[in-house]
Amino acid sequence: MDFWSTRNGRILNVALVLFGFGLIWEGAVIVFGIKPFLLPAPSRVLADIAAEPLWYGMHTLETLKETALGFLLAVVVGLAMAIGIVFSRFVEQTLYTFLVAINSIPKVAVAPLFIVWFGAGIEPKVAIAFLIAVFPIVIDTVLGLRSVEPDMLDLARSMRGSAMQTLWKIRFPTALPSMFAGMKVGISFAFIGSIVGEFVASQAGLGFVIDSAQPTFDTTRIFAAILLLAVVGTILFYTVELAERAFVPWHVSRRREGTAGPAPQAAH
Amino acid sequence: MAALPGDGAPAAPAGAAGASGDGIGEPYVRIAGLDKTYHSERGDVEALKAIDLDIRNGEFISVLGPSGCGKSTLLKCIAGLEDLTAGDVAIRGQPVVEPPRDTGIVFQRDVLLDWRSVLDNVLLPIEFARLRTGEWRDKALELLHLFELEDFADRYPWELSGGMRQRVAICRGLIRDPSLLLMDEPFGALDAITRDELNLELERMWEATHKTIVFITHSIPEAVFLSSRVVVMSRNPGRIVEILDIDLDRPRALDIRETPAFSGYVRHIREIFEGLGVMKRGQ
Repeated sequence: MDFWSTRNGRILNVALVLFGFGLIWEGAVIVFGIKPFLLPAPSRVLADIAAEPLWYGMHTLETLKETALGFLLAVVVGLAMAIGIVFSRFVEQTLYTFLVAINSIPKVAVAPLFIVWFGAGIEPKVAIAFLIAVFPIVIDTVLGLRSVEPDMLDLARSMRGSAMQTLWKIRFPTALPSMFAGMKVGISFAFIGSIVGEFVASQAGLGFVIDSAQPTFDTTRIFAAILLLAVVGTILFYTVELAERAFVPWHVSRRREGTAGPAPQAAH
Repeated sequence: MAALPGDGAPAAPAGAAGASGDGIGEPYVRIAGLDKTYHSERGDVEALKAIDLDIRNGEFISVLGPSGCGKSTLLKCIAGLEDLTAGDVAIRGQPVVEPPRDTGIVFQRDVLLDWRSVLDNVLLPIEFARLRTGEWRDKALELLHLFELEDFADRYPWELSGGMRQRVAICRGLIRDPSLLLMDEPFGALDAITRDELNLELERMWEATHKTIVFITHSIPEAVFLSSRVVVMSRNPGRIVEILDIDLDRPRALDIRETPAFSGYVRHIREIFEGLGVMKRGQ
């Protein structure tokens, strides 16, 4: 196997591309003499973060917390709603339509309302993150729970299984790959939701950093926050992906990675 | 509708079929006047019409017919997975109103659970029955050994070939040592050589256990090779056109298929289908 397709090779590859991109950016700013309030050089952005690491860290953690809480809430509520939709025709006909209607509202439009209801603390951000993230999670979980083969359900019935046994031993594990697809969309949505909330009213978070730097044309600070957003967003996405690898080791897309030996028995 | 087939046979000995010894010949499943109609927007489809059939204790019976003749529906009626439109299905004299105990089932699709090892797949019915899997491990390994899968107990279904997967599904169907095994075209998706192998293994298993096996297939040679009796069905509506006794010596080896007696049965069944217009007459 050649070096570039090994794990370390791939990481180095990504690092080199990012470094190269930064280098071109830095060079362009110097060569064309671009003013920092229009486009700061990457070195300047990094220096700004290095000057106040604790301050940036505090705001990053705030946004991370809002996103994580909103996302986790969306997973729990989304799973419960999906089970309700799959098992009850009444819930499907009422809740599902309601969800579609809710989802068709641009969430930015309800953000001010949430501020009125929940204040300017962490709660409205969590609520907005939750509201955006829950929809893809419900949709994909419903899809997954329904994608059990009819013969499999006949087998479960012939084993005289209870509805709970069929749900936890067959439907739920079958739905996991689809659920994770929904959660990967959901985590990105939750992240957007928390920033939207911060834009409307806040005292902390990376959205607050951007919002408060804009009136003074502190573009360097805005770029620093954007850079941190990119880092946090990437980490969040790969956290979900890592969880997927741990919980769905049997997934089709994993099977090519050598003879995946005895895998952890996740969903028993 | 007819309550019981008027064949003059004595009433089904309800509880008397206790001894599991050589009780071949006692009716195990009794199907009387069974109709099954599916309602759809394009009108009603008569999947099964006036089915009368006694399945004897310990026999290997195949249900043979073209696709759409309702043979899989018939199996599901026995398995308690369908609501009957009319008529009765009884196992040991007990009407089937829900999936019966003491019954194993194997489908055309192996429907193994990808996240469970081969061994844990075989033990699935044990878990569903809330029994202790630890106590059934040896039984599961013994079954896997019987089907030459003991080295694959810790593997996962997606690491196995189609034939091996179907063997696992059969082990799963047999784990609780059911008296009745229902098989719905279990080898329909396999290649011809693997199919021969599995026919042979199934024949050996039946020889050793004399379970009552109901085997759905659309292959004439497969039905003749495996069965004590072959039920020939036709479609529109799904009905039984003939029930044929197969008097071939046991145990059967694959070369039995080259004997005149075997060919005679195959030809006879083919002629039934030709007569029904299901098959075109050969040149």
